[in-house]
Amino acid sequence: MKKELTIFDNPKNVKRLRYGFFVALVLILIAESFVEMHGEFSVEHFYGFYAVYGFISYVLLIFVAKLLRKIIMRKEDYYDE
Amino acid sequence: MMNSILPPALIFILGAVLIPFLRGKAKAIYMLALPVVVFIILLNLSLGNTWIVDFWGYELIMGRVDKLSLIFAYIFTIMAFLGILFALQVKDNLQHVSGIIYAGSTLGVVLAGDFLSLYLFWEIMAVSSTFLILASRTKASREAGFRYILVHLIGGLFLLAGIVLYVQKTGTIAFDYIGLSGLDSYLIFIGIALNAAAIPFHAWLPDAYPMGTPTSTVFLSAFTTKSAVYLLIRTFPGADILLVMGGLMVSVPIFYAVLENDIRRVLSYSLMNQVGFMLVGIGIGSELALNGAVAHAFCHIIYKALLFMAAGSVLQMTGKIKCTEIGGLYKTMPLTCLFCMVGAASISAFPLFSGFVSKSMIISASAHEKIFLIWMVLQFASTGVVDHAGIKVPFFTFFGHDAGIRAKEPPLNMLVAMGIAAGLCVGLGVFYQPLYNMLPFPVHFEPYTGSHVVGQLQLLLFGALAFTLLILSGYYVPEVRSKNLDADWTYRKFGRFCYGILDRGLNSLNRISEGLLMGAVKGLVSFFKSAAVKIALFVSVNIWLLLGYRDKRLEIKKNRLYNDIIQGTLPIGIGAAVAISFILLVFILT
Repeated sequence: MKKELTIFDNPKNVKRLRYGFFVALVLILIAESFVEMHGEFSVEHFYGFYAVYGFISYVLLIFVAKLLRKIIMRKEDYYDE
Repeated sequence: MMNSILPPALIFILGAVLIPFLRGKAKAIYMLALPVVVFIILLNLSLGNTWIVDFWGYELIMGRVDKLSLIFAYIFTIMAFLGILFALQVKDNLQHVSGIIYAGSTLGVVLAGDFLSLYLFWEIMAVSSTFLILASRTKASREAGFRYILVHLIGGLFLLAGIVLYVQKTGTIAFDYIGLSGLDSYLIFIGIALNAAAIPFHAWLPDAYPMGTPTSTVFLSAFTTKSAVYLLIRTFPGADILLVMGGLMVSVPIFYAVLENDIRRVLSYSLMNQVGFMLVGIGIGSELALNGAVAHAFCHIIYKALLFMAAGSVLQMTGKIKCTEIGGLYKTMPLTCLFCMVGAASISAFPLFSGFVSKSMIISASAHEKIFLIWMVLQFASTGVVDHAGIKVPFFTFFGHDAGIRAKEPPLNMLVAMGIAAGLCVGLGVFYQPLYNMLPFPVHFEPYTGSHVVGQLQLLLFGALAFTLLILSGYYVPEVRSKNLDADWTYRKFGRFCYGILDRGLNSLNRISEGLLMGAVKGLVSFFKSAAVKIALFVSVNIWLLLGYRDKRLEIKKNRLYNDIIQGTLPIGIGAAVAISFILLVFILT
C-alpha cells in the first residue's frame, strides 16, 4: 500500500490553516493603506471596496443560486423519460 | 526561409490518417511529432498570405499570417501537443484520429483568409469533434453527440447562408473586418456566436462536453469556442451586442456552476464564463480590450485544459466525477491535486498565475472606457469564478468529505501533460512579457501595480472568506444529484411536446400515411443500413487482413464495427462517409 497523505485529518492542521487565512485577510486589508489605489470609478476609492464587494458578491451568488435551484432543478433522469 | 508545401491544417489532417497503421512507441512518437513539426513551421512563417490555391477562379488563402492569427495558431498547436500527450495511453484510435483532425481543422479556420476554406475547415471541425463526444460509447454520449452535431450543422448553415450573401454583395470570398450591418453579417455573426457558445446559442456546450472520455474532453475544451473568439475579434470587434452577450455569459453560467453536481459540467459552465470575458473584451473593441481578449484566450486554453485534465484523471482513476461521489482524493492523488490547484489559482486570476495578467487587461479596458455596469458585472463574475472553479472543483474533489476512494495517480504521460500545463500557467503569470509581445497591438499595460494586486487579492480572499463562513454555518449550497434545466430544454422537451401535439392533431392523416409510407421507408432504411454495413465491412475487412488481423481478433473487430453501425454509435460519420464514397464510386464507374 502506498503511503497516504493525512495532514488534514488532524483538526489541529485545519485550525492552523484557518488562522493563517484570517491573518492573510487582515494583512491584505492593511496593505491597502500602503499603496495608492487609482481607479476610474469613485467607488474604488472607498477603503476596502474590493473586500466588501467580493464578500457581498459571493454571498449574493450563493443565495440567488439557491433560489434558482427551486426553479430549474429536476431529477437526474429528467430527460430520459 | 523554410516553408512547407502543406499548410499546418493539412499536416494534421492528412497526418492523422497514418495513425491506425502504427503501433506502440512508433505511434506515440509519431503523434507527438505532428504538433512539433507544425510549431516549427509556424515559427518560420513570415507575415503575409501563403498557401494560396486557385479554385475555379476563386483564390483560396490557407495561410493568412498576421500577429492575430499567428498567436492563435501557436496556442492551438501547443494545446494539440498537450492534448495528445495526455491521451497517449488511450488504445482507441478513433479518439486519436478525430482529436488530431479536430486540432488541424481549427488551425485551418484560424489561418483561413477566405470564406471558402474557412467554411470547409469549420465543418470538419464540427464533425471531428462530434466523434470525440461519441468516443465514450455510452447511450448518453451518443444522444448528446447527436444533439451536438445537429446544433452545429444548423449553425454551419447560418454561416453558409451569410457567406453566400456576403460573396454576392462584395464579389470576393476574401474576408477581414465585417461589422454588423445587413442580413449577411447577422447570419455570419450567428454562425460564429453559436460556436462561441454565446447566450442564447450556448446549450450544446454544457450538454455535450461532459459526455466525452476523460481525455477527449480536454481536446473539446480548447478549440471550438476559442476559434470562434478569434473570428469574432477579426470580423466583429466593437460590436455592442457582444457586450450584452458577454455580460450574460460571465454572469448566468456561474449560478449553474454553483448548483451543478458533475465536475466536468461545472467546468463547462466555467468555460462559458471565461469566454464571456473574451466577448466583453471584443465588444469593448479598444486596443487594450482586444489585446486582453487574445491574451485571455491564450492563458485560458492552458488552464482550462489543465482543469479538465485533472477532472479527467479523477474520472479515469476512480470512474466517478460527481461531487456527491468523490472527495478526499488529495490523500492518494497529491500531484493531480496540486496541478488542479494551480489551474484553479490561474482561472481565479490569482496574482503570479496566468489568468491575472490577461483578465486584468479586459477589466481595466472596461474601466478606461467608463462602462461602469460591465465593470461591476466583471468584478462580480470574478468572484463567481473563485467559487466554482477556484474552490468548488478542487475542494469537493480533493478535500471536502472523504468518500473513502483510494485511487492511484494517473499514468506518467498524464502527469507530465498536467505538469507542463501547470508550469505554463505559472510561467505566464510571472514572465508575461513574451506573451504581451505576441499580442496583435502594442501593449502599454502593467498588470502588477500595487492597486491591481491589492484589489484583486481583497476580492479573492474575501470571497473565499464568504465561502468559509457559509460552509461552516451550513448555508452553502448542498451537493445534490440533479439535472438543472438550461436552454437545451427547448429542443429536448419543448420540441418533443410540440411534436406530440402535432402528432395528435394530424393523427388521422398520420394513420393513413403511416401504413403506406412507413412500410416503404422502413424497407428502404433497413436496405441502406444493411448496405452500409456490408460496404463498411467489406472495405474494413480487407484492410484488416492487410494489417495482419486473423481469426479471433478479426472476428472481434468485425463484430464491433457491425454493432457500432447497427446501433448507431457512429450514426452520421460512417454512414455518410460510406454513402458519399459509394456515390462517388458509382459516379466514376458509370
